[in-house]
Amino acid sequence: MTDILARAGATRVGSWVRQAFTPARTLSLAFLTLGGFLAGVVFWGGFNTALEVLNTEKFCTSCHEMQSNVFEELKGTIHFTNRSGVRATCPDCHVPHNWTDKIARKMQASKEVWGHLFGSIDTREKFLGLRRTLAEHEWERMKANDSLECRNCHSAVSMDLAKQNPRAADAHQAFLFTGQKTCIDCHKGIAHRLPNMQGVPGWQ
Amino acid sequence: MRRALVLVVALAFGLAFTGSLVAQQQGGIGGPGRDAPRLRGPEPFTRETPAPPMQRAITDDVRRRRNYPDQPPLIPHAIEGYALVLNANKCLSCHSRRFTEQSQAPMVSVTHYQDRDGNFLGGIAPRRYACLGCHVPQTTAQPLVDNSFTDLDDISEPERRSR
Repeated sequence: MTDILARAGATRVGSWVRQAFTPARTLSLAFLTLGGFLAGVVFWGGFNTALEVLNTEKFCTSCHEMQSNVFEELKGTIHFTNRSGVRATCPDCHVPHNWTDKIARKMQASKEVWGHLFGSIDTREKFLGLRRTLAEHEWERMKANDSLECRNCHSAVSMDLAKQNPRAADAHQAFLFTGQKTCIDCHKGIAHRLPNMQGVPGWQ
Repeated sequence: MRRALVLVVALAFGLAFTGSLVAQQQGGIGGPGRDAPRLRGPEPFTRETPAPPMQRAITDDVRRRRNYPDQPPLIPHAIEGYALVLNANKCLSCHSRRFTEQSQAPMVSVTHYQDRDGNFLGGIAPRRYACLGCHVPQTTAQPLVDNSFTDLDDISEPERRSR
């Protein structure tokens, strides 16, 4: 180890590495451990705070692509306006709540930053042209995780079939409770308008 | 000649205007002169009135009797948020021939699979695509005017009279 460090010491980067691995001479152990702990709290807290700021509807709709297309469409639906005033914001449905999945999704979102910078959907026409592709991404994601984002609020166990329309109750009993279908299989286009549905299973 | 014509036209307009003024004064806007209540109520249009609350939709899933055989059946369920646009038709996700088994919904009438010359098509005829053009949901709203509609059976065949 010392051998390697000594050899590395010949270069400039190497001297920093050597410094890092040498025991501290003037700083106390308490300073280093407690200081490290505090710095960890600050950095970790800062990271999560920043993550939360980027995970709000306000941030999502700060891009005009979201503001003038999908957010406008959301406004008329039951997930924006309803009897009791409980509502879903963009990340409630489009970002996984579980931490690791959330980070994975956030890394994926760098593609969306790219799209924004290079204007891949910066006009209504471009957006409508890509809508089927974009919608398919979301359908696939929700199909793969068994509509997890729906189920964060809509629990099958807590559904009172007696309070549903007989039609809805029958469908839930036949397809949802048996696991034959997941939410997104039937409930497509409930928060935004639909693309051309030709060839999508369950649609004429 | 032309001057005379202009004079006659102006006179006619003047008469019509004074006539309408007199009629207004006699009947009054929305007053006894009208035979049907207006959609916005008895208040004169110069006064701003709050809009009446939206009526509740009837969503009990009970089929309604048709008033005559070729009346388009009414929709007894909620259709709020159902797409009926060029891109997608949510009605057909239950009522088209392909999906009636899993949905147990009544199938779209066979006439909707024909073009206007009676030729059968593979799918819904384009002219039948806009379901809500004929089939409508109902609300609990009371009719603004009395309805004196009489069922055909009540006139033609007394023994079939609905009780």
